[in-house]
Amino acid sequence: MEHGSADESASTFSFTDEDHTLANTLRFSLNQDPRVAFCGYSIPHPSEARVNIRVQTTGVPANEVLKDSCQDLLMICQHSRHTFSLAVQDFKNEQALKAMNVEE
Amino acid sequence: MEKVSVWDLPDVPEGQLPSHIQLQRTRVHCNPDAPTHTENVQYSGAYSSVGVDNSLQLEQFRKNFRVEVIRLGKEDMEFDMIGVDPSLANAFRRILIAELPTMAIEKVLIANNTSVVQDEVLSHRLGLIPINADPRLFDYKSENDDPKENNTIVFKLHVRCERGGPRLTVKSDQLKWLPNGSEFSLETSAAKSTAKPKTYTTFHTSQETLHDFSKKPIAPCHPDIILSKLGPGQEIELEAHAVKGMGKTHAKWSPVATAWYRMLPEVVLLQQVEDERAEKLVKTCPVNVFDIEDVGKGKKRAIVARPRGCTLCRECIREDEFKQDVALRRVKDHFIFTIESTGALPPEVLFTEAVKILEDKCERVITELS
Ligand code: SF4
Repeated sequence: MEHGSADESASTFSFTDEDHTLANTLRFSLNQDPRVAFCGYSIPHPSEARVNIRVQTTGVPANEVLKDSCQDLLMICQHSRHTFSLAVQDFKNEQALKAMNVEE
Repeated sequence: MEKVSVWDLPDVPEGQLPSHIQLQRTRVHCNPDAPTHTENVQYSGAYSSVGVDNSLQLEQFRKNFRVEVIRLGKEDMEFDMIGVDPSLANAFRRILIAELPTMAIEKVLIANNTSVVQDEVLSHRLGLIPINADPRLFDYKSENDDPKENNTIVFKLHVRCERGGPRLTVKSDQLKWLPNGSEFSLETSAAKSTAKPKTYTTFHTSQETLHDFSKKPIAPCHPDIILSKLGPGQEIELEAHAVKGMGKTHAKWSPVATAWYRMLPEVVLLQQVEDERAEKLVKTCPVNVFDIEDVGKGKKRAIVARPRGCTLCRECIREDEFKQDVALRRVKDHFIFTIESTGALPPEVLFTEAVKILEDKCERVITELS
Protein backbone atom coordinates (compact mmCIF):
# COMPACT_ATOMS: atom_id res chain seq x y z
CA MET A 1 0.00 0.00 0.00
CA GLU A 2 1.11 3.44 -0.85
CA HIS A 3 1.34 6.18 1.73
CA GLY A 4 1.83 9.29 -0.32
CA SER A 5 1.49 12.95 0.37
CA ALA A 6 -0.21 15.57 -1.79
CA ASP A 7 2.96 15.49 -3.83
CA GLU A 8 3.04 12.34 -5.97
CA SER A 9 6.79 12.42 -6.39
CA ALA A 10 7.48 11.15 -2.89
CA SER A 11 5.85 8.07 -1.43
CA THR A 12 6.39 5.27 1.00
CA PHE A 13 5.25 1.85 -0.13
CA SER A 14 4.48 -0.75 2.44
CA PHE A 15 4.61 -4.43 1.47
CA THR A 16 3.35 -7.14 3.74
CA ASP A 17 4.90 -10.61 3.70
CA GLU A 18 8.07 -9.35 2.05
CA ASP A 19 11.58 -8.97 3.42
CA HIS A 20 15.13 -8.00 2.43
CA THR A 21 14.93 -10.35 -0.55
CA LEU A 22 12.62 -8.12 -2.54
CA ALA A 23 13.31 -4.79 -0.83
CA ASN A 24 17.05 -4.86 -1.33
CA THR A 25 16.83 -5.84 -4.98
CA LEU A 26 14.22 -3.13 -5.55
CA ARG A 27 16.43 -0.62 -3.83
CA PHE A 28 19.21 -1.61 -6.22
CA SER A 29 17.16 -1.16 -9.36
CA LEU A 30 15.50 2.02 -8.07
CA ASN A 31 18.84 3.61 -7.21
CA GLN A 32 20.06 3.03 -10.73
CA ASP A 33 17.12 4.87 -12.23
CA PRO A 34 18.10 8.46 -13.06
CA ARG A 35 14.62 9.72 -12.09
CA VAL A 36 15.11 8.68 -8.48
CA ALA A 37 16.42 11.32 -6.10
CA PHE A 38 16.31 9.16 -3.02
CA CYS A 39 15.31 5.66 -2.12
CA GLY A 40 15.74 3.34 0.80
CA TYR A 41 13.92 0.67 2.72
CA SER A 42 13.36 -0.37 6.29
CA ILE A 43 11.81 -3.18 8.23
CA PRO A 44 10.03 -1.41 11.07
CA HIS A 45 9.89 -4.40 13.37
CA PRO A 46 11.67 -7.74 13.00
CA SER A 47 8.71 -9.81 14.10
CA GLU A 48 6.31 -8.16 11.70
CA ALA A 49 6.51 -9.38 8.10
CA ARG A 50 6.52 -5.96 6.48
CA VAL A 51 8.90 -3.64 4.63
CA ASN A 52 8.60 0.03 3.86
CA ILE A 53 10.21 1.33 0.70
CA ARG A 54 10.67 5.06 0.39
CA VAL A 55 10.92 6.54 -3.08
CA GLN A 56 11.50 10.22 -3.85
CA THR A 57 11.77 11.22 -7.46
CA THR A 58 12.83 14.28 -9.41
CA GLY A 59 9.22 14.96 -10.39
CA VAL A 60 7.52 11.93 -11.96
CA PRO A 61 5.02 10.00 -9.80
CA ALA A 62 6.84 7.64 -7.46
CA ASN A 63 4.62 4.69 -8.20
CA GLU A 64 5.41 4.91 -11.92
CA VAL A 65 9.09 4.72 -11.13
CA LEU A 66 8.63 1.80 -8.77
CA LYS A 67 6.59 -0.02 -11.37
CA ASP A 68 9.30 0.51 -13.97
CA SER A 69 11.93 -0.77 -11.56
CA CYS A 70 9.91 -3.92 -10.98
CA GLN A 71 9.63 -4.32 -14.73
CA ASP A 72 13.40 -3.98 -15.06
CA LEU A 73 13.96 -6.55 -12.34
CA LEU A 74 11.55 -8.88 -14.04
CA MET A 75 13.49 -8.61 -17.30
CA ILE A 76 16.76 -9.17 -15.48
CA CYS A 77 15.36 -12.30 -13.84
CA GLN A 78 14.00 -13.67 -17.08
CA HIS A 79 17.30 -13.07 -18.80
CA SER A 80 19.23 -14.69 -15.93
CA ARG A 81 16.99 -17.71 -15.98
CA HIS A 82 17.37 -18.09 -19.71
CA THR A 83 21.15 -17.71 -19.61
CA PHE A 84 21.36 -20.16 -16.74
CA SER A 85 19.40 -22.88 -18.50
CA LEU A 86 21.50 -22.44 -21.62
CA ALA A 87 24.69 -22.75 -19.58
CA VAL A 88 23.41 -25.87 -17.83
CA GLN A 89 22.36 -27.40 -21.12
CA ASP A 90 25.76 -26.67 -22.64
CA PHE A 91 27.47 -28.22 -19.67
CA LYS A 92 25.34 -31.35 -19.84
CA ASN A 93 25.98 -31.74 -23.56
CA GLU A 94 29.68 -31.35 -23.00
CA GLN A 95 29.68 -33.97 -20.25
CA ALA A 96 27.74 -36.37 -22.46
CA LEU A 97 30.24 -35.87 -25.27
CA LYS A 98 33.15 -36.48 -22.91
CA ALA A 99 31.54 -39.65 -21.59
CA MET A 100 31.08 -40.89 -25.15
CA ASN A 101 34.71 -40.21 -26.02
CA VAL A 102 35.89 -42.12 -22.99
CA GLU A 103 33.83 -45.14 -23.93
CA GLU A 104 35.17 -45.29 -27.46
CA MET B 1 49.23 2.24 -3.77
CA GLU B 2 51.76 5.01 -4.38
CA LYS B 3 50.60 8.54 -3.83
CA VAL B 4 50.54 10.58 -7.03
CA SER B 5 49.63 14.22 -7.45
CA VAL B 6 46.33 14.64 -9.22
CA TRP B 7 48.04 16.80 -11.90
CA ASP B 8 50.29 13.91 -12.85
CA LEU B 9 47.45 11.51 -13.60
CA PRO B 10 47.06 10.62 -17.27
CA ASP B 11 44.15 12.11 -19.20
CA VAL B 12 41.09 9.94 -19.44
CA PRO B 13 38.84 9.99 -22.49
CA GLU B 14 35.31 11.29 -22.00
CA GLY B 15 32.88 8.61 -20.88
CA GLN B 16 35.45 6.53 -19.05
CA LEU B 17 36.49 6.47 -15.46
CA PRO B 18 40.12 7.08 -14.43
CA SER B 19 41.72 3.69 -13.91
CA HIS B 20 42.08 3.98 -10.14
CA ILE B 21 38.41 4.88 -9.71
CA GLN B 22 37.41 2.09 -12.05
CA LEU B 23 39.44 -0.25 -9.86
CA GLN B 24 37.70 0.99 -6.72
CA ARG B 25 34.34 0.59 -8.40
CA THR B 26 34.84 -2.98 -9.55
CA ARG B 27 37.12 -4.54 -6.94
CA VAL B 28 37.21 -5.01 -3.19
CA HIS B 29 40.75 -4.29 -2.04
CA CYS B 30 41.90 -6.72 0.61
CA ASN B 31 44.57 -4.95 2.61
CA PRO B 32 46.53 -6.53 5.46
CA ASP B 33 44.47 -4.72 8.10
CA ALA B 34 41.02 -4.54 6.55
CA PRO B 35 39.25 -4.62 3.21
CA THR B 36 38.49 -1.29 1.57
CA HIS B 37 36.11 -0.18 -1.20
CA THR B 38 33.68 -2.86 -0.19
CA GLU B 39 30.61 -0.83 -1.11
CA ASN B 40 28.85 -0.93 -4.44
CA VAL B 41 28.22 2.44 -5.99
CA GLN B 42 24.54 2.31 -6.85
CA TYR B 43 23.39 5.89 -7.36
CA SER B 44 22.79 6.47 -11.07
CA GLY B 45 24.44 9.88 -11.05
CA ALA B 46 27.45 8.93 -8.95
CA TYR B 47 29.92 9.58 -11.75
CA SER B 48 28.02 12.26 -13.66
CA SER B 49 30.74 14.85 -13.01
CA VAL B 50 33.13 12.83 -15.18
CA GLY B 51 30.47 12.07 -17.75
CA VAL B 52 29.93 8.44 -16.82
CA ASP B 53 26.42 7.08 -16.61
CA ASN B 54 25.89 4.64 -13.74
CA SER B 55 22.24 3.93 -14.45
CA LEU B 56 20.84 0.48 -15.05
CA GLN B 57 20.73 -0.40 -18.70
CA LEU B 58 19.17 -3.67 -19.66
CA GLU B 59 21.07 -3.83 -22.93
CA GLN B 60 24.31 -3.48 -21.04
CA PHE B 61 23.23 -6.13 -18.55
CA ARG B 62 22.32 -8.55 -21.31
CA LYS B 63 25.71 -8.07 -22.89
CA ASN B 64 27.70 -8.54 -19.71
CA PHE B 65 25.76 -11.24 -17.90
CA ARG B 66 27.27 -14.71 -18.10
CA VAL B 67 26.82 -18.03 -16.37
CA GLU B 68 29.47 -20.71 -16.39
CA VAL B 69 28.77 -24.10 -14.88
CA ILE B 70 31.81 -25.52 -13.11
CA ARG B 71 30.41 -28.66 -11.56
CA LEU B 72 27.00 -30.25 -11.77
CA GLY B 73 26.03 -33.37 -9.90
CA LYS B 74 22.80 -34.94 -8.78
CA GLU B 75 22.81 -33.11 -5.49
CA ASP B 76 25.22 -30.23 -5.81
CA MET B 77 26.44 -27.75 -8.33
CA GLU B 78 28.87 -24.90 -8.62
CA PHE B 79 28.59 -22.14 -11.16
CA ASP B 80 29.93 -18.68 -11.83
CA MET B 81 27.47 -15.86 -12.17
CA ILE B 82 29.17 -12.91 -13.79
CA GLY B 83 27.94 -9.36 -14.24
CA VAL B 84 25.27 -9.22 -11.59
CA ASP B 85 24.77 -7.00 -8.55
CA PRO B 86 25.22 -8.55 -5.09
CA SER B 87 21.65 -7.63 -4.17
CA LEU B 88 20.39 -9.99 -6.87
CA ALA B 89 22.84 -12.76 -6.05
CA ASN B 90 21.78 -12.46 -2.43
CA ALA B 91 18.11 -12.48 -3.31
CA PHE B 92 18.57 -15.75 -5.18
CA ARG B 93 20.46 -17.22 -2.24
CA ARG B 94 17.83 -16.11 0.27
CA ILE B 95 15.02 -17.52 -1.84
CA LEU B 96 16.84 -20.84 -2.25
CA ILE B 97 17.17 -21.20 1.49
CA ALA B 98 13.92 -19.79 2.78
CA GLU B 99 11.26 -19.47 0.12
CA LEU B 100 11.37 -22.56 -2.05
CA PRO B 101 8.80 -25.12 -0.93
CA THR B 102 9.46 -28.79 -0.25
CA MET B 103 7.57 -31.60 1.44
CA ALA B 104 8.46 -32.46 5.03
CA ILE B 105 6.87 -34.43 7.83
CA GLU B 106 4.77 -32.10 9.92
CA LYS B 107 2.42 -34.35 11.91
CA VAL B 108 3.34 -37.62 13.59
CA LEU B 109 0.63 -39.84 15.04
CA ILE B 110 2.30 -42.13 17.50
CA ALA B 111 0.43 -45.31 18.39
CA ASN B 112 3.26 -46.87 20.31
CA ASN B 113 6.77 -45.84 21.14
CA THR B 114 8.69 -47.73 23.76
CA SER B 115 12.11 -46.87 22.33
CA VAL B 116 14.60 -44.74 24.22
CA VAL B 117 13.95 -41.80 21.91
CA GLN B 118 11.11 -39.73 23.29
CA ASP B 119 8.06 -39.01 21.13
CA GLU B 120 8.87 -35.34 20.54
CA VAL B 121 12.53 -36.01 19.72
CA LEU B 122 11.57 -38.80 17.34
CA SER B 123 9.02 -36.54 15.65
CA HIS B 124 11.63 -33.85 15.23
CA ARG B 125 14.05 -36.33 13.67
CA LEU B 126 11.34 -37.50 11.30
CA GLY B 127 10.61 -33.92 10.31
CA LEU B 128 14.18 -33.37 9.19
CA ILE B 129 14.22 -36.30 6.74
CA PRO B 130 14.32 -35.04 3.15
CA ILE B 131 11.50 -36.58 1.14
CA ASN B 132 11.87 -37.41 -2.51
CA ALA B 133 8.67 -35.88 -3.85
CA ASP B 134 8.34 -32.99 -6.25
CA PRO B 135 6.70 -30.21 -4.19
CA ARG B 136 5.33 -28.61 -7.37
CA LEU B 137 2.82 -31.45 -7.63
CA PHE B 138 1.28 -30.65 -4.24
CA ASP B 139 -0.77 -27.82 -2.76
CA TYR B 140 -0.25 -26.06 0.51
CA LYS B 141 -2.46 -27.37 3.27
CA SER B 142 -3.93 -24.64 5.39
CA GLU B 143 -5.27 -24.98 8.91
CA ASN B 144 -8.84 -25.76 7.84
CA ASP B 145 -8.08 -28.02 4.90
CA ASP B 146 -8.72 -31.72 5.17
CA PRO B 147 -5.64 -33.82 4.56
CA LYS B 148 -6.19 -34.94 0.96
CA GLU B 149 -4.21 -36.69 -1.77
CA ASN B 150 -3.11 -33.33 -3.19
CA ASN B 151 -1.66 -31.89 0.00
CA THR B 152 -0.50 -34.72 2.25
CA ILE B 153 1.88 -37.65 2.01
CA VAL B 154 1.44 -40.37 4.59
CA PHE B 155 4.17 -42.71 5.80
CA LYS B 156 3.91 -45.64 8.13
CA LEU B 157 6.62 -46.84 10.45
CA HIS B 158 6.15 -50.06 12.36
CA VAL B 159 9.17 -51.83 13.75
CA ARG B 160 9.54 -54.09 16.69
CA CYS B 161 12.55 -55.72 18.19
CA GLU B 162 11.81 -59.27 19.27
CA ARG B 163 12.87 -60.46 22.65
CA GLY B 164 15.91 -62.65 22.50
CA GLY B 165 16.98 -61.15 19.16
CA PRO B 166 19.73 -58.63 18.51
CA ARG B 167 19.18 -54.91 18.87
CA LEU B 168 17.69 -53.11 15.90
CA THR B 169 18.61 -49.89 14.18
CA VAL B 170 15.62 -48.11 12.71
CA LYS B 171 16.54 -46.38 9.48
CA SER B 172 14.65 -44.09 7.16
CA ASP B 173 14.02 -46.83 4.58
CA GLN B 174 11.59 -48.41 7.02
CA LEU B 175 9.23 -45.52 6.46
CA LYS B 176 6.63 -46.98 4.13
CA TRP B 177 4.60 -44.74 1.87
CA LEU B 178 0.83 -45.15 2.14
CA PRO B 179 -0.61 -43.94 -1.18
CA ASN B 180 -4.15 -44.48 0.10
CA GLY B 181 -3.71 -42.28 3.12
CA SER B 182 -3.87 -42.92 6.80
CA GLU B 183 -4.70 -46.36 8.14
CA PHE B 184 -5.45 -45.20 11.66
CA SER B 185 -9.17 -44.88 12.20
CA LEU B 186 -10.65 -41.95 14.05
CA GLU B 187 -12.03 -43.04 17.42
CA THR B 188 -15.40 -41.36 16.89
CA SER B 189 -16.18 -43.55 13.90
CA ALA B 190 -15.56 -46.75 15.79
CA ALA B 191 -19.14 -46.77 17.09
CA LYS B 192 -20.70 -46.71 13.63
CA SER B 193 -20.01 -49.83 11.67
CA THR B 194 -19.93 -48.30 8.21
CA ALA B 195 -18.15 -50.05 5.39
CA LYS B 196 -15.10 -47.86 5.51
CA PRO B 197 -14.03 -46.49 8.88
CA LYS B 198 -13.04 -42.84 8.90
CA THR B 199 -9.32 -42.24 9.12
CA TYR B 200 -7.13 -39.24 9.75
CA THR B 201 -7.03 -38.43 6.05
CA THR B 202 -9.72 -38.20 3.38
CA PHE B 203 -8.09 -39.45 0.21
CA HIS B 204 -10.45 -39.83 -2.74
CA THR B 205 -8.02 -41.68 -4.96
CA SER B 206 -4.78 -43.44 -4.41
CA GLN B 207 -1.75 -41.23 -4.92
CA GLU B 208 -0.31 -44.00 -7.05
CA THR B 209 -2.72 -43.07 -9.83
CA LEU B 210 -1.56 -39.43 -9.82
CA HIS B 211 1.34 -38.02 -11.83
CA ASP B 212 4.01 -40.71 -12.20
CA PHE B 213 4.18 -41.72 -8.59
CA SER B 214 3.64 -45.34 -9.56
CA LYS B 215 6.89 -45.28 -11.53
CA LYS B 216 8.76 -43.26 -8.93
CA PRO B 217 7.29 -44.12 -5.53
CA ILE B 218 7.57 -41.49 -2.84
CA ALA B 219 10.23 -42.29 -0.24
CA PRO B 220 12.88 -40.57 1.85
CA CYS B 221 15.78 -39.34 -0.32
CA HIS B 222 18.29 -41.34 1.67
CA PRO B 223 17.59 -44.87 2.92
CA ASP B 224 20.20 -44.86 5.68
CA ILE B 225 19.27 -42.07 8.07
CA ILE B 226 19.21 -43.49 11.58
CA LEU B 227 15.99 -42.67 13.40
CA SER B 228 16.29 -44.67 16.58
CA LYS B 229 17.65 -47.86 18.07
CA LEU B 230 15.49 -50.54 19.59
CA GLY B 231 16.37 -52.93 22.38
CA PRO B 232 14.64 -56.32 22.79
CA GLY B 233 10.93 -55.87 23.40
CA GLN B 234 10.82 -52.28 22.24
CA GLU B 235 8.52 -51.12 19.48
CA ILE B 236 7.67 -48.09 17.41
CA GLU B 237 4.38 -47.77 15.59
CA LEU B 238 3.48 -44.47 14.04
CA GLU B 239 2.17 -42.60 11.07
CA ALA B 240 3.91 -39.52 9.70
CA HIS B 241 2.07 -36.94 7.62
CA ALA B 242 4.18 -34.76 5.34
CA VAL B 243 2.92 -31.45 3.98
CA LYS B 244 4.26 -28.68 1.79
CA GLY B 245 5.99 -25.76 3.43
CA MET B 246 8.75 -23.18 3.18
CA GLY B 247 12.14 -22.81 4.81
CA LYS B 248 11.18 -19.58 6.52
CA THR B 249 8.61 -21.42 8.61
CA HIS B 250 11.00 -24.18 9.62
CA ALA B 251 14.41 -25.22 8.29
CA LYS B 252 13.13 -28.75 7.60
CA TRP B 253 11.36 -27.35 4.53
CA SER B 254 14.49 -25.82 3.12
CA PRO B 255 15.33 -27.58 -0.18
CA VAL B 256 19.05 -26.88 0.17
CA ALA B 257 21.54 -28.17 2.68
CA THR B 258 22.99 -24.79 2.01
CA ALA B 259 23.43 -22.34 -0.82
CA TRP B 260 26.21 -19.79 -0.78
CA TYR B 261 28.37 -17.63 -2.95
CA ARG B 262 31.76 -15.98 -2.77
CA MET B 263 33.31 -13.29 -4.87
CA LEU B 264 36.04 -14.31 -7.28
CA PRO B 265 39.47 -13.64 -5.73
CA GLU B 266 41.96 -11.76 -7.83
CA VAL B 267 45.66 -11.96 -6.99
CA VAL B 268 47.92 -9.54 -8.82
CA LEU B 269 51.69 -9.23 -8.73
CA LEU B 270 52.41 -5.53 -8.86
CA GLN B 271 56.13 -6.04 -9.35
CA GLN B 272 58.23 -8.90 -10.62
CA VAL B 273 59.20 -11.30 -7.87
CA GLU B 274 62.32 -13.21 -8.88
CA ASP B 275 64.61 -16.09 -7.91
CA GLU B 276 64.85 -16.84 -4.18
CA ARG B 277 62.12 -14.38 -3.38
CA ALA B 278 59.87 -16.12 -5.88
CA GLU B 279 60.45 -19.47 -4.22
CA LYS B 280 59.79 -17.95 -0.85
CA LEU B 281 56.53 -16.43 -2.07
CA VAL B 282 55.38 -19.77 -3.47
CA LYS B 283 56.07 -21.35 -0.10
CA THR B 284 54.15 -18.77 1.93
CA CYS B 285 50.86 -19.57 0.26
CA PRO B 286 49.14 -22.53 1.95
CA VAL B 287 46.90 -23.27 -1.02
CA ASN B 288 49.50 -22.89 -3.77
CA VAL B 289 48.15 -19.89 -5.58
CA PHE B 290 51.57 -18.96 -6.93
CA ASP B 291 53.81 -20.89 -9.23
CA ILE B 292 57.29 -20.49 -10.61
CA GLU B 293 58.06 -19.77 -14.22
CA ASP B 294 61.47 -20.17 -15.82
CA VAL B 295 62.45 -17.14 -17.82
CA GLY B 296 65.68 -18.63 -19.20
CA LYS B 297 69.31 -18.08 -18.19
CA GLY B 298 68.61 -19.80 -14.90
CA LYS B 299 66.30 -17.00 -13.85
CA LYS B 300 62.94 -17.66 -12.30
CA ARG B 301 59.96 -15.52 -11.47
CA ALA B 302 56.71 -15.95 -9.61
CA ILE B 303 53.40 -16.03 -11.44
CA VAL B 304 49.83 -16.25 -10.22
CA ALA B 305 48.70 -19.67 -11.35
CA ARG B 306 45.54 -20.49 -9.41
CA PRO B 307 43.89 -17.30 -8.13
CA ARG B 308 40.53 -19.05 -7.80
CA GLY B 309 41.86 -21.14 -4.94
CA CYS B 310 42.90 -18.11 -2.90
CA THR B 311 41.17 -18.17 0.46
CA LEU B 312 42.22 -14.63 1.26
CA CYS B 313 44.06 -15.79 4.34
CA ARG B 314 46.45 -12.86 3.66
CA GLU B 315 49.40 -14.97 4.70
CA CYS B 316 51.35 -13.61 1.72
CA ILE B 317 50.99 -9.99 2.80
CA ARG B 318 51.29 -10.54 6.55
CA GLU B 319 55.04 -9.97 6.63
CA ASP B 320 56.43 -6.76 5.21
CA GLU B 321 58.39 -8.64 2.58
CA PHE B 322 55.71 -9.00 -0.11
CA LYS B 323 53.36 -6.24 0.95
CA GLN B 324 54.42 -4.04 -1.93
CA ASP B 325 54.40 -6.86 -4.47
CA VAL B 326 51.10 -8.62 -4.06
CA ALA B 327 47.64 -7.08 -4.35
CA LEU B 328 44.68 -9.13 -3.16
CA ARG B 329 41.33 -8.14 -4.55
CA ARG B 330 37.88 -9.51 -5.13
CA VAL B 331 35.81 -8.97 -8.22
CA LYS B 332 32.59 -7.32 -7.10
CA ASP B 333 30.31 -8.69 -9.78
CA HIS B 334 31.65 -12.20 -10.18
CA PHE B 335 30.00 -14.71 -7.87
CA ILE B 336 31.01 -18.31 -7.39
CA PHE B 337 27.69 -19.83 -6.44
CA THR B 338 27.35 -23.24 -4.79
CA ILE B 339 24.06 -25.03 -4.27
CA GLU B 340 23.73 -28.23 -2.27
CA SER B 341 20.33 -29.80 -2.65
CA THR B 342 18.86 -32.07 0.00
CA GLY B 343 17.63 -34.38 -2.75
CA ALA B 344 14.01 -33.58 -3.57
CA LEU B 345 14.90 -31.54 -6.66
CA PRO B 346 18.17 -31.32 -8.62
CA PRO B 347 20.17 -28.14 -7.92
CA GLU B 348 19.74 -26.62 -11.39
CA VAL B 349 15.97 -26.88 -11.07
CA LEU B 350 16.14 -25.27 -7.65
CA PHE B 351 17.94 -22.24 -9.03
CA THR B 352 15.48 -21.83 -11.90
CA GLU B 353 12.60 -22.06 -9.44
CA ALA B 354 14.24 -19.46 -7.20
CA VAL B 355 14.51 -16.98 -10.05
CA LYS B 356 10.87 -17.64 -10.91
CA ILE B 357 9.87 -16.78 -7.36
CA LEU B 358 11.62 -13.42 -7.59
CA GLU B 359 9.80 -12.83 -10.87
CA ASP B 360 6.49 -13.59 -9.18
CA LYS B 361 7.26 -11.08 -6.46
CA CYS B 362 7.95 -8.37 -9.04
CA GLU B 363 4.79 -9.22 -10.93
CA ARG B 364 2.75 -9.03 -7.76
CA VAL B 365 4.07 -5.54 -7.02
CA ILE B 366 3.36 -4.43 -10.57
CA THR B 367 -0.24 -5.62 -10.49
CA GLU B 368 -0.78 -4.08 -7.09
CA LEU B 369 0.49 -0.72 -8.25
CA SER B 370 -1.54 -0.54 -11.44
S1 SF4 C 1 45.86 -14.58 0.60
FE1 SF4 C 1 46.49 -16.62 1.30
S2 SF4 C 1 45.59 -17.99 -0.21
FE2 SF4 C 1 45.54 -15.98 -1.12
S3 SF4 C 1 47.42 -15.81 -2.30
FE3 SF4 C 1 47.87 -14.95 -0.29
S4 SF4 C 1 48.67 -16.66 0.91
FE4 SF4 C 1 47.67 -17.54 -0.89
